[in-house]
Amino acid sequence: MNLLTKKLGKSDWIGVVLLAAVILVLFPSVFGIFRLNLIGKYLTYAFVAVSLVLLWGNGGILSLGQGVFFGLGGYLMAMFLKLEASDPVTTKIQSTPGIPDFMDWNQITSLPLFWRPFHSLTFTVIAILIVPAAFAFIIGVAMFKRRVGGVYFAIITQAVALILSVLIVGQQGLTGGINGITDLKTMHGWDIRNDSAKYILYYVNGVLLIGCVVFTRWVLSTKFGMLLLALREKEDRVRFSGYDVANFKTLAFCMSAVMCAIGGAMFTLQVGFMSPSFVGITPSIEMVIYTAVGGRMSVVGAVFGTLLVNFAKTFFSEEYPDLWLFLMGGLFIAVVLLFPDGLAGLYERYGKPRLQKLTKRDPPKSKTEESTVAVAAALESGGKHG
Amino acid sequence: MQLVSSHRNRAVRGALSLVASGALLCAAVSISGCNKSSSAASGDPAAAKTTEKTAAAAPTERSTEATGATVLLPPGMEKSTTKASDFPTAKIMTTGLKVDDDSVTVGILHSTTGTMAISETGSVQAEKLAIAQINALGGILGRQIKIIQEDGASDWPTFAEKARKLLVNDKVAAVMGCWTSASRKAVLPVFEKENGLLYYPTFYEGLEQSKNVFYTGQEATQQILASLDWVNKEKGAKSFYLIGSDYIWPRTSMKIARKHIENVLHGTVVGEEFAPLGNTQFGSIINKIKLKKPDVIFAAVVGGSNVAWFKQLNAAGVTAANQTLLTISVTEDEVLGIGGENLVGFFSSMKYFQSLDNPNNKAFVEAFKKMWGEKSVIGDVTQAAYLGPWIWKAAVEKAGSFDVDKVVAASPGIEIKFAPEGYVKVHENHHLWSKARIGKAKADGQFEVVHETDLIEPNPFPKGYQ
Amino acid sequence: MSLNDIGSMVAMQGFSGLSLFTVLLLMALGLAIIFGQMGVINMAHGEFMAIGAYVVYLFSQLTQNYAPGLREIYFVPAVIVAFFVAAAVGYVVEVLLIRRLYKRPLDTLLATWGLSLAMQQFFRSFINPKEVSAELPEWLLGAFNPTPSIQVPRNGIFVMGLTILVTAGVYFLMLKSRWGIRIRATTQNRIMSSAVGINTDRVDRFTFALGCGIAGLAGAAFTTIGSTGPTSGSLYIVDTFLVVVFGGAANLIGTIASAFSIAQAQSLLEFFLTSAMAKVLTLLTIIIILMIRPQGLFTTKVRT
Repeated sequence: MNLLTKKLGKSDWIGVVLLAAVILVLFPSVFGIFRLNLIGKYLTYAFVAVSLVLLWGNGGILSLGQGVFFGLGGYLMAMFLKLEASDPVTTKIQSTPGIPDFMDWNQITSLPLFWRPFHSLTFTVIAILIVPAAFAFIIGVAMFKRRVGGVYFAIITQAVALILSVLIVGQQGLTGGINGITDLKTMHGWDIRNDSAKYILYYVNGVLLIGCVVFTRWVLSTKFGMLLLALREKEDRVRFSGYDVANFKTLAFCMSAVMCAIGGAMFTLQVGFMSPSFVGITPSIEMVIYTAVGGRMSVVGAVFGTLLVNFAKTFFSEEYPDLWLFLMGGLFIAVVLLFPDGLAGLYERYGKPRLQKLTKRDPPKSKTEESTVAVAAALESGGKHG
Repeated sequence: MQLVSSHRNRAVRGALSLVASGALLCAAVSISGCNKSSSAASGDPAAAKTTEKTAAAAPTERSTEATGATVLLPPGMEKSTTKASDFPTAKIMTTGLKVDDDSVTVGILHSTTGTMAISETGSVQAEKLAIAQINALGGILGRQIKIIQEDGASDWPTFAEKARKLLVNDKVAAVMGCWTSASRKAVLPVFEKENGLLYYPTFYEGLEQSKNVFYTGQEATQQILASLDWVNKEKGAKSFYLIGSDYIWPRTSMKIARKHIENVLHGTVVGEEFAPLGNTQFGSIINKIKLKKPDVIFAAVVGGSNVAWFKQLNAAGVTAANQTLLTISVTEDEVLGIGGENLVGFFSSMKYFQSLDNPNNKAFVEAFKKMWGEKSVIGDVTQAAYLGPWIWKAAVEKAGSFDVDKVVAASPGIEIKFAPEGYVKVHENHHLWSKARIGKAKADGQFEVVHETDLIEPNPFPKGYQ
Repeated sequence: MSLNDIGSMVAMQGFSGLSLFTVLLLMALGLAIIFGQMGVINMAHGEFMAIGAYVVYLFSQLTQNYAPGLREIYFVPAVIVAFFVAAAVGYVVEVLLIRRLYKRPLDTLLATWGLSLAMQQFFRSFINPKEVSAELPEWLLGAFNPTPSIQVPRNGIFVMGLTILVTAGVYFLMLKSRWGIRIRATTQNRIMSSAVGINTDRVDRFTFALGCGIAGLAGAAFTTIGSTGPTSGSLYIVDTFLVVVFGGAANLIGTIASAFSIAQAQSLLEFFLTSAMAKVLTLLTIIIILMIRPQGLFTTKVRT
C-alpha cells in the first residue's frame, strides 16, 4: 500500500501538468499545422495506450484486441460523417442518391436500418460511448467469469479482432470493405478539413486525452485501482478474500474500451476517414508496444511512449526508407530487453532524482527501492504464467 | 528530407559516351548519389551527350568510365533544347509548388514495406526509370526532376499521411503513386483538398473520376468486356465460375462480368466466390468449382492468396489441358511468385505484356533491365506506372506551366506515341484509351499474346453495368 | 449429377479436409513446443517458416544454375537443410534474446514482434522484395488419379506424409526420449530440474531451436502450396496460435485434435458457405469452446 500511495501521490501530478503543457502549449507553438495534425493523429493512439496502462500495466490483463474498440469508435463517428457527406445533392450521379457511395457501388438501394440513427450527432456520440462498452462487457463477462486469463485472453482477443475485421471487409456494402469509410467532409456543416478546424480538433483531442489521463490516474488511486493491482499480483488471494474478480476485470475492460473508442472517434475526425486496418491484429499489437515503450505502469509515460514510437516511425521512414523496419524492430527489442519499465522507468531512475536535486529536495533513497520492488513484482507476475 | 534517386546510388561525373542505334538515341545521364541534400535526381545535364551514332540494330553501350548509371532512352526522342531561362519560374508556377530555376520536385508514394511491397516495387522502378529518362533528355521546361519518395507501408492511413506531407510540406508538383484501390481512396480527399496531382498506375474498378487524378491503368470495362467476348467467341464458353479476393476491385469486376455474361453473351454464371484477403487454403473452393464444371474460370485473386490459389489449382489436377481459365489479376510480376509451371496455358487479360513485339517495348524493356538488372520482369502495372511521368511531362509542356489547374486542362488529348504498350491517349475523363490483350502463359513466366483489340474508350461509369 | 460424381466429390472434399488438417498441424507443431513447453509467445514463428521457404528457393536456384539434372531430387535435401538453418537461427535468437525473457512471457510477444519486423525487412532487402517461387520437381506437381474422376493433390500427399513423420518424431522425442523427459521436467519445475542435474539453459536452447527448426520444415513444405515472400509468414501466424491455444497449449494430443477439428469445420463450412462466413463461424466456435474449456481441449494437469 505504501508503494501505491507513493506512486500515485500528489508529487506525481507534475507529470500530468508537464504533459498538458507539452500537448497544449509546446507542440502548437513549435509545429506547423501539417505536423500538428500528424501529432493529433498519434495522440489518438495514446488513448489506447492509456487504456492499456489501466488494463494491462495495472490490471495484468493483456488485450490484443484494443484495435476493435478503437475501430468501433472510429467507425461509428465515420458513419455519422459519411451520412452527412452523402446528401442527395452531392451524390446525384449515383443510381440511388442520398446513400453513401460505397453502398451504391454494391447495389444497395436504400439505407440499411442500422445506419439510420446515425443521422443524429447526439445518437452518434452516445453510441460511441455505449457500443464499445457493451461489446467489452459481453466479452469480459464471457471470458472472466470462465476465468480465462493471461495469454489465453490475449489470444482470444486477437481472434475477436480477426473476426471483426473479416466481417467488416466481407460486408463491404454495409461497411465500405477494405477501403473503409472515406471522403468525410463536414460535421453539422463545419468543414473538418480546413486548417482552423484542424487546430480546434487538435485541442479538443488534447483536452480529452488529458481528461482520460487524469481519469485513469484517479481510478488507479481509488480502492478499485488497488484491487486491480492486487489481482494482477495474486488473483487467487483477491478471490479468496471474497471479491468477485470477474466483475472488477470486466469493469476495467469496459473503461478501457470506452477510452479506445473516444480515441477512434477523434482519429476519424482528424484524419478524415476510417479504415479496417485499425481493427486487425497488427495495430492492436503495435498499440501494446506504445504502452510498453512508455512504461506499462505509467499513464503519462504511455502518452510519451506513443509519441516516441510514432515520431520514430515517421522520422525513420522518411530518413531511412530502406532501414526503417530494422530500426523499429530494434527499438522494440531494445525496450523489452534494456528498459522493461520503458520511458517512465528511465525517468524514475535518472530523471527524477536529478529533478529533485534541482528542487533541493532530499534525493529519496526509496525510489531505487521502489523500482526494484516494481521490477520484482513484474517478474513475479510473469513467473505466474511461466 | 530524403532525396531518393536511383537506389543503386551511382553518380556520374563528366560525360559518358554511348553508342546509340539508328532508332535509339541513347544518352547518358548521371543519377546523383546518396548525398541527402544533393541537387537533382540527375546531375549535370551537359553530361548527357551523345557522341556517336551507329546503325547497329540494337542499342549497345560502349564501356565508359565505369562510374555510373546510364539510362537508355525511348525511341525517337531527341534531347530537348529547351532552356529553363526561356521559362521564368515566376511565370510557369504561380501556386507555391517546389519549382525553381533548374529543378522541379515530384513525389513517389508507394509501399516499399508491408504486404503490398511485393506488387508496388515494380511501379517505383518504372517511375524512376521514366524520370531518369526525362532528365537525360533535358528535363521538363529545362528543369531537372527531383524525387522525394515516401513509403506508404501497405497501410492506408499512412498513405494519407504521406500524401499530405508531399503536398503540404514538400509542395511537390505531382505525385506518382498508390496501387490498391484502398490506398487511392485514402489519399483522394487529400489530393482534392490540396489540389495536388496524382498519377495512378493500377488497373482498377472504375466508378471514379477526379479532377486531381490521372488513371494510367485500365478501368474495369477496358479489361473485362473484351476478354469475355474473346473467350466466348474463341472457346465457345457459355458457363462461367467467378472467383476473386474479397474487396472492391474483384467484386466490382465480377459484377460487370456477370452483367456482360448474362445480358450480352447470354451465358450463365454457375458460381461466384470471394475468398478473404490473405486466404491460403483453396481446397474446398476448388472442389466446388469441379462440381460445377464451368467452361471458364474467371479469376481475380490477389496477393499471397493468388500464389496459393494457382498452386493448389494445379495440384488438384486443374490445368490448361482440361480447363479454360481467364484471369485479370496475373501479370509477369505475379508469375514470379506463382511459378510459370502452375500457369502454363491459362489466359490473362491485360493491356501490356513484357513480350509485346514492337520497337517501343523493346527499347523500354532494355532500358528497364539496364537500370534494374537483367532479371527484372515487367508487368502491366509497371508499364502503366512508366507512363505517368511522361504524360505529366507532355501536359506541363503543352500548358507551359506547372500549375495543377493548367496541367489538368492541358491533359485531355495528350498522346504518348512511344508508349511500350504501343500508343496511348488521355481521355477527357482522365483515363487512357488503351487496347486489351489476351496473353497465354508460358512456362518461362512470359505471356504469348493471342488476341489484341483496337483502342478501347475508357468508361469508368458504364451504363447498364451498375 | 451422377452418384459416382457425388462419391468422388465426397472423397476429394474429405481429402481437402485432411490436407488442411495436416497443414495446420505442421504449422502448429513448432509453436506447440515453443509456446506450449516454454511459454514463449513467438510472434516471429511465421518468419521462421519463411526462412524454410527461402532455403528451398535457394536450393532451387542453385540446382537450376549449376545442376539442372538434380531437379527431381533437390527438394528432399532442401527440406532437411531448411530444418537445420531455421533451427540454427532459432538457437542464436534464444541465446541473444529469448533467454533473458523467460520470466516475462508477455514481453516475449513484444520482443519477437520486433524481431519479426526486422526479419521481414531482411528478406526484403537481401533476398527479394517481390515474391519468389522455387521450381518444384515433377513428382510434386499435379494430381494423383486413383480413379478417373478423383484427383488427389500430390503436394497434399507430400505434406501429409511429412506431417505424420514429424509428428511421430516429436511424439517420440517428447514422450519417449531422455531429452523429452528433461524438457518436460524443466517445463514443470525449473528449479527442481536444475537441482537434479539437468542443464536447464541447454534444454531451453535446444527446445527453442527444435521448435524453430520445425517451423522451417513447415515453411519448406508450404512452398508447394503457398507463396514465398517477405510477408508470407504473417499469413499463417494467427491460425497457428489458434490451433495451439485451442488444443491446450502444453499437450501434443490436444494440438492434433484441435488442428483436426478446426480443419474439418473450416473445410466443410467453406464448401457450403462463403469463405468469409466460414472463417467467422469457425473462429466464433473456437472462442465459445474456449470459454467453456478455458485451458483448451486437452490439458495436462500440473500444479502451478
